[in-house]
Amino acid sequence: MAELSFESGAPAPARRPVPAQLKAGLVIVGSIVLLSLLAPWIAPHPWDTISIRTRFQPPSMTYWFGTDDYGRDVLSRLLMGGRLSLAMGIGATLISVLIGVPVGLAAGYFAGKVDEVLMRVADVLMAIPAIMLGLLVLAVTPPALWKTAVAVGFVYVPLIARVARSVTLGFANAEFVEAARARAESAPYILFREILPNAWPPLIVEASLRVTYAILLGSALSFLGLGAQPPSSDWGLMISEARAFIDRAPWIALAPGFAMCLLVIGINLIGDGLRERLDPRLKRQVARL
Amino acid sequence: MAGYVLRRLFLIVLVLVAVSLLVFTITSILPASVAHLILGPFAPPEQVKALEIKLGLNDPILVQYWRWASRFMTGDFGESMLMNRPVAPILAEAIQRSATLAISAFVLIAVIGIALGVIAALHHNRLLDHVVSVTTYLGIAVPEFFWSIVVILVFAAYLGWLPASGYEPLSAGFSVWLKHLIAPTLTLVFAHLAHVSRLTRSSMIDVLESPYVTAARAKGLPERVVIVRHALRNALLPTITVLALDIGRLMGGIVVIETVFAYPGLGRLLIFSIQQRDLPMLQAAILVVAAIYAFANLCADLLYAWLNPKIRYGRTVV
Repeated sequence: MAELSFESGAPAPARRPVPAQLKAGLVIVGSIVLLSLLAPWIAPHPWDTISIRTRFQPPSMTYWFGTDDYGRDVLSRLLMGGRLSLAMGIGATLISVLIGVPVGLAAGYFAGKVDEVLMRVADVLMAIPAIMLGLLVLAVTPPALWKTAVAVGFVYVPLIARVARSVTLGFANAEFVEAARARAESAPYILFREILPNAWPPLIVEASLRVTYAILLGSALSFLGLGAQPPSSDWGLMISEARAFIDRAPWIALAPGFAMCLLVIGINLIGDGLRERLDPRLKRQVARL
Repeated sequence: MAGYVLRRLFLIVLVLVAVSLLVFTITSILPASVAHLILGPFAPPEQVKALEIKLGLNDPILVQYWRWASRFMTGDFGESMLMNRPVAPILAEAIQRSATLAISAFVLIAVIGIALGVIAALHHNRLLDHVVSVTTYLGIAVPEFFWSIVVILVFAAYLGWLPASGYEPLSAGFSVWLKHLIAPTLTLVFAHLAHVSRLTRSSMIDVLESPYVTAARAKGLPERVVIVRHALRNALLPTITVLALDIGRLMGGIVVIETVFAYPGLGRLLIFSIQQRDLPMLQAAILVVAAIYAFANLCADLLYAWLNPKIRYGRTVV
């Protein structure tokens, strides 16, 4: 039944129970997103006010996660930084999806020369390790967080395109596509109105995992000084700045580290849960068992 | 097979040419003027012009690329803008140090990852399986730079067993050299174990249920032989593919790790040349990285083909 529902292009039946991982992941990520969005109102202290007297305070009732080398409240900075990390990860993923999906659809649908050229370009881009490609893009301009997002998004375009292509290949000769062609629909119509609605489940799974990778890669770039700039409190940057005080005040680095850990685990859980629910291949495997 | 290898080598050359074009375009088009970058924002215009002519920056971009590429082919990687030394020897030294780090980490990832995967599979759904899963998952869920800080905190600041950062050559003594290598290697290994151990685990579980393992057991072979000779040998194929993919991730990880641990390898050189806008160094370093990556992937594919008699490359270009 599950297979049928996929092939006919209908959304997953509502009766299927929501996987536990998906629920757990949604709770974790949901709370982080909510806390980050509400940061300006719920942050217990100003995130950027420097105060010499409160430097290096260990965690206490006033400063739950302690204070940093400028006397700023780590929790407040963490909450504000969450917005940056999330915005960067989601922005980067959007960029890679907006470019990668059309490219992949075109490559899979037109096949032949178009496919060959697009995929060889993807090969070239993937011949450079992701972080190097990001570094290369960022090397030539003064760093800023939005540039990091663009660079990270750019890095993931070939990966998204590959997934979109392989999904499209499966539909290129499907009956509903043949029918659309017989109606003399335009190629963009067939790609975006006929194939895309059927191709989205694996793409959603891929995109949700990309958000995690984008956050990790982006924070690594920020950590290396090629992303967010001080006094911003991007998590990668926070950890980078806390490095110097790791023996005196480990909480400054540990707090954003654990936050990132939680966020990544949450998004991975969502990805796993979504895959279980949406990915036809996995379903078939389950069906076979 | 020979045809396949030749074709792959040809593809690698194509990829490297394309990467070099990409690198060259990005690094030479975007900034207003390299001369400005070298001389700083307040340089007098005459001086900037003189340097532009000296560097040939006013020539068409293709001419510049050709000049750069043909010099590159003869092994002349140019001169570092910052250190006023040829790029090649600096690069060679850095590669050597990074290779030490990368190879020791890679070997440990393979050995420990496979061992953990087998252990988890043999304890399928029991406590040890879950412990392995959770531990390796933690390694991969958190970025390397965070783990490196934890390692520094625990082993350098708290226990005082290892130096917090830096590098000592072998000539300073074996134990000193090794001590500086342990922390970064450990971090890299922990951050990359999960892929290998998870995949080994799942393919081991599949294989252990297969008829030929049952047959081997029925023959009365000792369990150790069944697991190592019969099960593991077949379970390793997907692991090898993922190990190859991990090479890329490992190289990315090394950039970060080297920066945290102030380990003077290729990654740190790359970051340094980016921060200092040392373009000749940057171009050469990225090309070298792409080349290593491409050849590592080829080696992995060949190893895979050699281990798996079902695959015979030749007809299709991968």
